[in-house]
Amino acid sequence: MHRFANPARFLKIANAVLPWAAGLSAVCFAAGLYLGLIASPPDYQQGDTVRIMYIHVPAAWMSMFTYSTMALAAAAALVWKHPLAEVYAKAAAPLGAGFTALCLLTGSLWGAPMWGTWWVWDARLTSVLVLFFLYLGYMALVDAFDDPARGAKAGNILLLVGAVNVPIIKFSVEWWNTLHQPASVFRLGGPTIAASMLWPLLLLALAFQSYFVAVVILRIRAGLAARRVQTLRLGQTG
Amino acid sequence: MTRKRRRMMILALALLGLGTATALTLSAFRDNIVFFYSPSDLAAKPPGGRTVRIGGLVETGSLKRDAGGLTVTFQVTDTAKSLPVTYTGILPDLFREGQGVVAEGKLGPDGVFTATELLAKHDEKYMPPDVADALKRAGHPGKPGDAAPTGAPVAAGEEHQTSTLRTNP
Repeated sequence: MHRFANPARFLKIANAVLPWAAGLSAVCFAAGLYLGLIASPPDYQQGDTVRIMYIHVPAAWMSMFTYSTMALAAAAALVWKHPLAEVYAKAAAPLGAGFTALCLLTGSLWGAPMWGTWWVWDARLTSVLVLFFLYLGYMALVDAFDDPARGAKAGNILLLVGAVNVPIIKFSVEWWNTLHQPASVFRLGGPTIAASMLWPLLLLALAFQSYFVAVVILRIRAGLAARRVQTLRLGQTG
Repeated sequence: MTRKRRRMMILALALLGLGTATALTLSAFRDNIVFFYSPSDLAAKPPGGRTVRIGGLVETGSLKRDAGGLTVTFQVTDTAKSLPVTYTGILPDLFREGQGVVAEGKLGPDGVFTATELLAKHDEKYMPPDVADALKRAGHPGKPGDAAPTGAPVAAGEEHQTSTLRTNP
């Protein structure tokens, strides 16, 4: 595992993965959006409004996935001091914040016609809003220090503290009664969603996931280049 | 190697402490984190004049519309107890008999809950209309009208209700 923490070796693999991830994302987005928005049936209760799910749910999954990987990277950075881990967390943060914002916005647009409200302070909605603020707080914190190493360390600690929020988001709909309904896909006893609606959802989840992989590789590449520039500058002045 | 291990131990202990603290805090505030009370909760702990939210299923056959007005009255049930609710205003799209509902308002001295805000709650089931019809024909309460609050005959019906009605565990 530690072999891949070497930036040069990582870049070699990442550059090979990048076109495949980008291509997979484009294909899955095209197929998933067609199936989800046009070819799938309406819901027996919600009608065509259910199609918001095909964007809302993958965005929600990605918001939690991204945060979890950032927290793992933060732990690796604190214990093993892998430079790549910090670069990853910084690269993934704006993507995660974007997924969370998309999840909150589509959720609000969905809640207005179905629930009769844009927003309520129930446990699920509130914990996802906290996740959004954690992303914003992390991005502000890592760049708030003159010394980037200290900023990264403070950011890593924030990421690990915020990790307690991830299981709270996932199980909020089980532990407390909420306006938000319980999970439909990742639940004991199998999905409670018809196959004709589950397929487009899974395709779009794969599209979001491969989009994330492609963009995070680009951002890691930029992050590593920025580090190298900084080291060279320090070498010149010092 | 030992320094790495020590850092890992400190990290694990810190996370364990943080997790425990969070769990204790959340369980202490459990009554405040719930979004609504069930009619049974309300019967056990009367709210007095406070504004509270109640939630449950709209009892099938209980919905009455005021002639020409925007006022509706219905029973909210958690299958154990039910509560009469009156509301004046525009109903959300998903509001119907047999479906989940959350109402915010005050419990009057006459035992009638006057709602100032009404929210519809849906369950975690998604299916096309023809599948719902097929389930209905096969005797499963897939349709809202069939998910009667009392005496649902099949397991699928029980599940439907408990998920919409989930109260404080």
